[in-house]
Parts: sequence; structure tokens; C-alpha cells
Amino acid sequence: MIKDEKLSPNEPLKENSDYLRGTLAEEIADTNTGSICADSQQLSKFHGMYLQDDRDVRAGRRKKKLEKSYSFLIRVRLPGGVSTPEQWLAMDSIADQYANGTLKITTRQTWQLHGVIKNNLKKTIQGMNTAALDCIAACGDVNRNVICNANPHQSELHAEVVNFSHKISDHLMPRSRAYHEIFLDEEKVVSSEEVIEPLYGKTYLPRKFKITVAIPPSNDVDLYAHCLSFIAIIENKKIVGYNVAVGGGMGMTHGQNETFPRLADVIGFISPDKAIDVAEKVMLVQRDYGERGDRKLARLKYTVERMTANGFLSKLEEYLGYKLEPVRKFKFDSNGDRFGWTTDDSGMHHLNLFIPGGRVIDSSAYPMKTGLREIAKIHDGEFRMTANQNLVISNISDAKKPEIEHLLGEYGILKSHERSAMRLNSIACVALPTCGLALAEAERYLPDLITELEEVLEEAGLRHDAITIRMTGCPNGCGRPYLGEIGFVGKGPGKYNVYLGAGFHGERLNKLYKEAVPGADIKELLAPIIKDYAKARNDGEHFGDFVIRAGYVKATTAGNNFHANIS
Amino acid sequence: MVNFPEHAPFDDAQKQKIEDLASTLTPEQTTWLSGYFAGTSMTVATAPVSQRSINVLYGTESGNCEELAVDLMKTAKKSGFKAQITNMAETNVAALKEAETLLVVVSTWGEGEPPETAETFYNELMSTDLSLAGLEFAVCALGDTSYEQFCQTGKDVDARLEKLGAKRITERVDCDVDYDESYAGWNKNVWSILGSAEVGKVADVIVPEQIYDRKNPFPAEVISNQLLSGDHSNKETIHVELSLDGSGFEYLPGDVLAVLPNNAKDVVDSVLAATGLAANTRIEVKNVGKTSLGDALTSLVDITALSRKIVNLWQEICGSEELAALLKDTAKSEFKEWSEGRQIIDLLENYPAESITAQQFIDILRKLPPRLYSIASSPKAHPGEVHLTVAAVRYDIHGRSRKGVASTYLADDALKGSKVLVYVHPNKNFRLPENDNTSVIMVGPGTGIAPFRAFIEDRAETECAGENWLFFGDQNYNEDFLYQTELQDYLKEGHLSRLDVAFSRDQPEKIYVQHKMLENASEIWRWLETGAHFYVCGDASRMAKDVHDTLLRIIETQGDMNADDAAAYLTALKKDKRYQRDVY
Repeated sequence: MIKDEKLSPNEPLKENSDYLRGTLAEEIADTNTGSICADSQQLSKFHGMYLQDDRDVRAGRRKKKLEKSYSFLIRVRLPGGVSTPEQWLAMDSIADQYANGTLKITTRQTWQLHGVIKNNLKKTIQGMNTAALDCIAACGDVNRNVICNANPHQSELHAEVVNFSHKISDHLMPRSRAYHEIFLDEEKVVSSEEVIEPLYGKTYLPRKFKITVAIPPSNDVDLYAHCLSFIAIIENKKIVGYNVAVGGGMGMTHGQNETFPRLADVIGFISPDKAIDVAEKVMLVQRDYGERGDRKLARLKYTVERMTANGFLSKLEEYLGYKLEPVRKFKFDSNGDRFGWTTDDSGMHHLNLFIPGGRVIDSSAYPMKTGLREIAKIHDGEFRMTANQNLVISNISDAKKPEIEHLLGEYGILKSHERSAMRLNSIACVALPTCGLALAEAERYLPDLITELEEVLEEAGLRHDAITIRMTGCPNGCGRPYLGEIGFVGKGPGKYNVYLGAGFHGERLNKLYKEAVPGADIKELLAPIIKDYAKARNDGEHFGDFVIRAGYVKATTAGNNFHANIS
Repeated sequence: MVNFPEHAPFDDAQKQKIEDLASTLTPEQTTWLSGYFAGTSMTVATAPVSQRSINVLYGTESGNCEELAVDLMKTAKKSGFKAQITNMAETNVAALKEAETLLVVVSTWGEGEPPETAETFYNELMSTDLSLAGLEFAVCALGDTSYEQFCQTGKDVDARLEKLGAKRITERVDCDVDYDESYAGWNKNVWSILGSAEVGKVADVIVPEQIYDRKNPFPAEVISNQLLSGDHSNKETIHVELSLDGSGFEYLPGDVLAVLPNNAKDVVDSVLAATGLAANTRIEVKNVGKTSLGDALTSLVDITALSRKIVNLWQEICGSEELAALLKDTAKSEFKEWSEGRQIIDLLENYPAESITAQQFIDILRKLPPRLYSIASSPKAHPGEVHLTVAAVRYDIHGRSRKGVASTYLADDALKGSKVLVYVHPNKNFRLPENDNTSVIMVGPGTGIAPFRAFIEDRAETECAGENWLFFGDQNYNEDFLYQTELQDYLKEGHLSRLDVAFSRDQPEKIYVQHKMLENASEIWRWLETGAHFYVCGDASRMAKDVHDTLLRIIETQGDMNADDAAAYLTALKKDKRYQRDVY
């Protein structure tokens, strides 16, 4: 069913890779270079890693007779974003031993390690393995980490969706033993199975594939921004089934209007027993009907756009052999986190912390990483990563709470969320110096920019009003910038496209307001709009809605008009 | 005008006189004079005093002792003696009985150790009970006063020869790094006792053309000075390229370049401040002439290395009782503890002299010694150039920032276009195999890679058939992989067959080159058994020892030998010049 058009070079690469092995093992053993070849870089993504280099030091390396300062990003597969304290301690220690001493909590509810040199890849992955963690399929043209609502209010529901996330993840895992052979020294055995990858085949998916599970009213996973989402429908405190949403995605390319962010269409409802089957079949439709020529147009969102949501639904039902039920009612109110302490029905306590930029790091003024390590040593509940790059210390008993509170106080973490509402609702991707795609700074710059904007907010009396603000170094969308009420997307060094007008609970994409604005001019650009909002907003009106009503930007009503109506 | 080379051995007054005279001379007069002086300097010895046989025995690391030994032998022959010259590396103690007179020149390295190549002989001498009655001897010891075990090997040899029954004809001399004068004095004694007319040889006074050598170093222009260390490195390793155009120097891979550094301005300033002396004070420096104190402190004298000798001299000037107590024979360990990590500036600041003249101060300082660097280039690959790999030494101790004199001089002051005084120092104990088909294993972590860059370049230029295997190591892969892209190119082109690297600080456990050797034990053994040479360059205090022990272990396990046999195997390798080390 692959189209006749010229295939992207990644297709034969996958096909001829012997199920993702290629020459990775030999190249990883070669200590004379910190790099691996271009083909191996593509294959390594399927095993949860990207080759990067420190762009801060690129200049001058050639004269120093040094190759680029190569290292790997390693993204853990952590369905539902839930880790045990033991796993937290393992990652904390691995980060110090083999990475750059920090952990990045990503927008897809997992840890990323940065700065792992090739010589340490195997040791890192073996260390993770000891803690029952892996990075299989964390990147690449496969189903990636399955994320779910981190809502601490409804413990039983949360446990159920985490369990569901694990089941989806397990079901859609690649079956190739390549990862185990290359990184865990598993002996290669000739498989007696006829079909090595029953779901994927030799060429896997056309492109990455992302799944979320949301529990209304919290859209903390930004369900509309992913390929496939399940919206839990609750009746009498029980999940009776899921609405199915397909065809969301963020990434686009500057200057190519045929690429655009798109929000998922909610196409039907299914009962919990059919959910895994639906997940599989949505993926298979994409496997068979997704674009394999132009990788820029290969995500499921373009397949749905091409087939239309109804067309896709028909094809899906054909694969399923049964029909989806009509969509059930649901309502979201926010895509942010709910910071601070909460106590659930069963009396367990949860603390949602704010982690600036998702970066777990020690500074002399704020030894957060050490503090979390000390907590992990005594905690007997869980750590939950949120899709907003934050952390929930969850399932704390009455007995443990004083001890944990004491540690939080000792390391200055207790007040992590006593910040402006804008800062608490911010997301920044990694960008420079390690991400090869970045055109401008993000994680290293957004905090400073927010500090500038906070002056305006204070003046306007908006310190406690939540406005979602997101920055990415490139248009590919890791930080879901097109769902920020204020979005910044790197256009060139120090310059950003400024987007306004997304929906507060992730229901509407934003719109380009001004192109290529130097960072230094952003405050001046936004100050009058923020002040206007403070004065002229309706009761309860969110910033994203206001800028449309006030005429600063037109509303983006669908992905295919994201690039239209720009003033 | 007479064009005096920069280091012509005349003071300003003499230069003036020569110039005055030269301006009045006719061409005939000039020719006559040059012939006259040439004749004077070549005056041949009178009839031999005796037919006594002399053996000049030397143990050398850098080649200085060899140079002096050759000088001794030439004098002996000219004086009519039956003379031979023997390298400790190639003889044994029994052979000492063959001659009647033994003149020993030997240096000391590191913490009182004999030169690498002399180790076997030294150990045998120290443990033998062979009687040397009837032998007469004299010892000239070379060393460096900034080390505590100054001239220890010479002292040991001197004492041992006496103990074995030999008769000392003159007191041993212990020479510091500026050994010329001390040696000349000892040399004079020796020949006055042995009876030679060669004593007090006059140096050549007319230099027909510019000849550059140890006594007259060449001002080499810096072609480039490039930091090799990555931005986040803990180290500061530089690659310096110098032009040898016009020097007449030739060198081989394995040779060493001596650099005459300047003391850094801040160090000179702090010394001036501590003594209260003015930089522009005129003083006279022995063998150099009149100059300003500032210039002398910058380029002529050692103002950092703290030796017992200088402490003694300073104590006499400042009269400190505390220092006097430290210098007592009973306080040797206290002295050692105090002097550890300290430099002359600490002495000057902590024990100030009430009044001291600039001349007094200059007179207690020794000559600024040259620093030796293993050459990092092959002249075949870079004609007319010489390259160095230098780790700039900087550290804080005793409340003060310190820096290596020569390494930071090269890093901070040897900028492109400036000139650095150098001379080539042959290192015959570190040579590529004569046979191009012979394979080589090279272990050179850190700046120890320098001579191996020269080796690989040389063998690449000549398209040698022999294989090259390099073990390299340093702290961090991305920061300290010296010459990484060059080595990658050599691997691609086949000029480097294998490259194994060890980086100690990329992971919790320390990984060093010897660990990589062990991982490749069977292959190393296979190379050795098929004739490969084994080279080590770099840190002597730990690395070279660890590599040596590891090599022994590999020979033991892979060759299925006991410890004694393995040691004998390695000794044989050394004798056959198949195991060579350049360690410092």
C-alpha cells in the first residue's frame, strides 16, 4: 500500500537494517570517533537516542584538531510518566555518572539525559536496565512514550489510565531484539518466528506516532496535539470508555505552508475492552496509508487531513471490523498543572512541584536535584512526571508527609510554585546548545524573557492570572508552541516568530502575530496587548480568547487555516 | 660593524674593543688574526704522560652526559691515552675491570632515579660484591637542584665504587642544570691529575659563520600557537609550531627540543616587589655581562625553583633564625615539608632581607635552565619546522597561583610571529626501528603523544610497511583527545593500524592506557613476538610504571612465563632497543 512515488531514503534504510540493527553495534564499539554514521543516527532513534553535538563549542574545534563535541540524548520510555523512588534514584545517579548531571523532564512525561558520550551509551542503558527502565522506541518511526493525565485528585482513575498506558505501550512495542543485543549484550538468536514485527513489518511507521490518555477536566497532556488520544469518560467515578481523537500534531517547517500544526478530531467512543484494539488499528491505518515519500508530510495528521476525519473513521472501522459509538460529552478547563498539595479520596497526599523548564538541576541557590534525591531515599510512593515538564511527588502517606515536608523545606523546594502564574504555565524545549534543529535559544532564554514580562504583568495586576506561554527553538513543536496563548518559535539566532490566541485548555491553535522579532523587542511588542487585556477583558476571559476578540489576531479554526488570515 | 650573534660570549666592553679594533683592520690583517686564533685554539697536546687506559662511562637520559663523555674521550685521545667510551645501557659491572681509570658521567632523574637506560647497570653495581681494587675513578654527576634527591645517582655510584675498592682520584662534582662551569672545573682537575696538556682548552673565539647550538640557541619564529584542549577541558594543552629556517638544525623523530624560556612578567614583578629592588638597576651576570636587574630576572636566572642551596644562600643574607633552624641537618623532613610546592617568591616574602643589593641577589640565583620537550613533528612531514605539544602548568598552592616557567611562557608569550630561543637535543634512546617493516606499539597518554605524532608522520611520509599502533589517553573524550582529527585521517589512510584510547574522567571508574593494554593483551603479545618495538612516552611518576608493570603482566600471562622470565624477556627487549621510553 506504499505509494509508487519516490520513497524517502529512510524507508529502504529501515527495510535493510535487519530490524533496526544496521551497523550500530560496530560503530558504538569504535572509540576513535564520538559520532556514528548518518544511517546509524536514524536507526539509533528507534532505540531512544539522538546523536547531538555541543553547538556552543562548535567554533574552533577544527583548529583544535578535535571533531565536534558529540554526545547523545537518551529519552526514557516511561508510560504514564510514573516512576518508583528507586528508579528516580537510579536516573539521578546515571545523570551524574554518564550524562551532564541533570535530568530533563520532557513535555511527553519522561526523563531525558543529555551529554552521554558514545563510550558511555551501553553503560548508561545497562544502568537503566538494572532499574527496570529502558529507552526502546522512545524516538523513531514507532509508537513513542504513551502519556496520560497526571491528575492527583482521582487516584483510582489515575491508576487505571497509567495501567492502560502501560498496556498500549507494551502492545505497540517493537518486537525486534536489536536493542537488547546492541546495548545489553544479549546473544543474537536466530528467530524461529516467521514474522518478527507483526505490527510494524520491516519498515515500521512512516513517521513518529504519539498517544495520550486524558481525564477531563484536565487536558494536561494536550490531547489535541497528538496522533491518537483517548479521552476518559467518567460515570459514577468509573471510566466507562473513551472518546477517540485522531490526527493531532505540532511540527511544521518555516516557509512551507503545506506543513502546519493540526488539532486532533474526536471521531467516536469505545468501551475500555476495545481500546487496545483501536490503538493498534489506528496505528495500522497510518502504517498503510501514511505518506512515505516526504517525511515532512508523513505524520498521521496529514493522513487524516487527506482522508478527512470521516474518511479516516471509515477506514479505521474497516480495519476494526466494527463501528465506533458516537462521541460522548466531555469538558476540559485547562491544559496546565495544578500546583501544590492535594489529598485524594483515599487520603493520600500529592505535591505538584514546578520544575523550571523541566530541568532537574542543582544550583548553589537552589539544590533541587539533591533535594529530590533525598526525598526519593525515604519516599514510598511515586514520582509522576507531568506533560507540562513538572513533577508530582505522589502517594505520600500521613505518616511520611512531615518528613517529606521537612526535606522540601530544607532544600527550598516547598515553595517551588510560588511564582507568577505565567511562569507556572510556561514550557520551553531544550534547543541550544545540544539540539541540532534549534534556530534560536529556548530553555536558556524563556526564564529571562518571562522575568521581563513579569514587570508588565505586575504593573497590569496580572501576576496571578494564568497565561500559557511556550517557546521552542525551531518549528518542530516539542514544546507545543502552537498551543500557547503566547507562543515563540525560533526563526533565526535571537529571533522569534510570535504567535497569539491559542485556547486556554488546548482547544484552539494560535496564529502568527509577528515574524522574526528580536528577543529584546518582545517585551515592548507584548506590553500594550497585556495592558489592554488587563483593562478590557471580559469576566473570566482568557488571554487567548481576548486577543482574537480584540482583533490582534484572527482565530485559527483548523490546522489548514493556520497560515491563513495573517495580518 | 661586527655583527655579534645574540649569544656571542663577550660582554659589552669586550664587544666595544673588538668592534674598535675590527674597524681599523685591513683584509690581510683580518685573515692573519683569524688564522692566529684558530691556531691557538687548536694547540695539540704535548707528549703523552702515560699509556694508562681510560674508560669513560656514561649514563644518559637526555643526552647531556653523553655529550660530556664524548668530550672527555676526545681529550683523553688527544692527550695520548688509550681511551674508550661506554654507555651504561650496553655494559655490565664486570667490564669495569678492563680499564685502569674510570671517568663516570651520570645524571639523575625524577626522585633520585638513574637514567632509564642505565637502570640495569646501576642495579647491578649497587648489588655486586665484585672487587674493583686497582681501579681509579672520578665521577661527574648531573642533576637539578630543584629536586630533593639532587645528583643522587652520581652520589650513589661514587660511594659504591669506593666501597668496592676503587680509588677516587678527585672529588665528585655535582652539577646543576647549568652544568658547563662545574663540569669545566672538574674536567680541569681530572686532567691535571691524569696529566694532560689539554687542560684549560681555549674555546674557539672566531665564529666563522653563525652556528647554533646549546651555547648559542636559535631564535625560532613562532609559526602558530594553537590551543588543543576543548572549551570545557580541565587542561590547557597547546600545539606550537616553530620555524627552524636558518638554524642549520636537523633532527629525527624522537629528538627533543630545548626551549629557553623567559620568566613571566608578574613573577618578575613579585620578586622585585618582595626584594624592594628596582628593575632598572644595573648588575653584572656571570658569563653574560652587564645588564639591568629586570632583564636578568626575566631571561637569565631561575627565580622559581627552590633548592636547599638557594635557601642556604638566602638565609645568609636575611639571617632568619627560623630558616636556619629549617636548614639544620636534623630538620631535613621539616625542610622537605616546608619546601614542597613552595618557590623562591615564598622564601623572599616570608623571610625578607633587611637590605640586599641587586648584585647580591643576582649572584645567589642559578642560571635559568632550558626546558626539554619531545618534538611532535617529523622533519619529513614539516621541513624547516619543529612542533611541540605542551601542557601549560598552572595551579594554586600555599595561597598563590603558580605556573610552569616554560610551559606558560610558550602558552602566554610565544605568540605567532614572536621568537623563542631553542636548540635541538638528540635523543638516541628513542628512535624508530631502522627496519621500515618493523611494527611499533606506542603508548603516549597526554602530551606523551608528542613523539608518536612525529613517528606516525615520519612513517606516513616514507610509506613504511611496518604497522603502527597507538595507545592514547587523557581526562575527557570530548575535551582532551589530542590530535583527534589527524589520527582519524591516519587511520583512514592506513598509516595508523590501531588506535586505542582511554579517558579517565568520563565515567566513575578511572580508565587508563594500561587498562586498554590489558584488554588487548593477546594482540600486544602477538605483535611483540613478531618483532614489534614498544615505546612509552609521558608521565614517569605513575603512568610509565603502570604501563611497565602491565607489559610485564602481559608477557607473563600471554607468554606463559614466571615473573623472572618475563622480566628477562623485557630486559632483552630493552637491550635490543625494542623497549624504549621517553618519560618525564
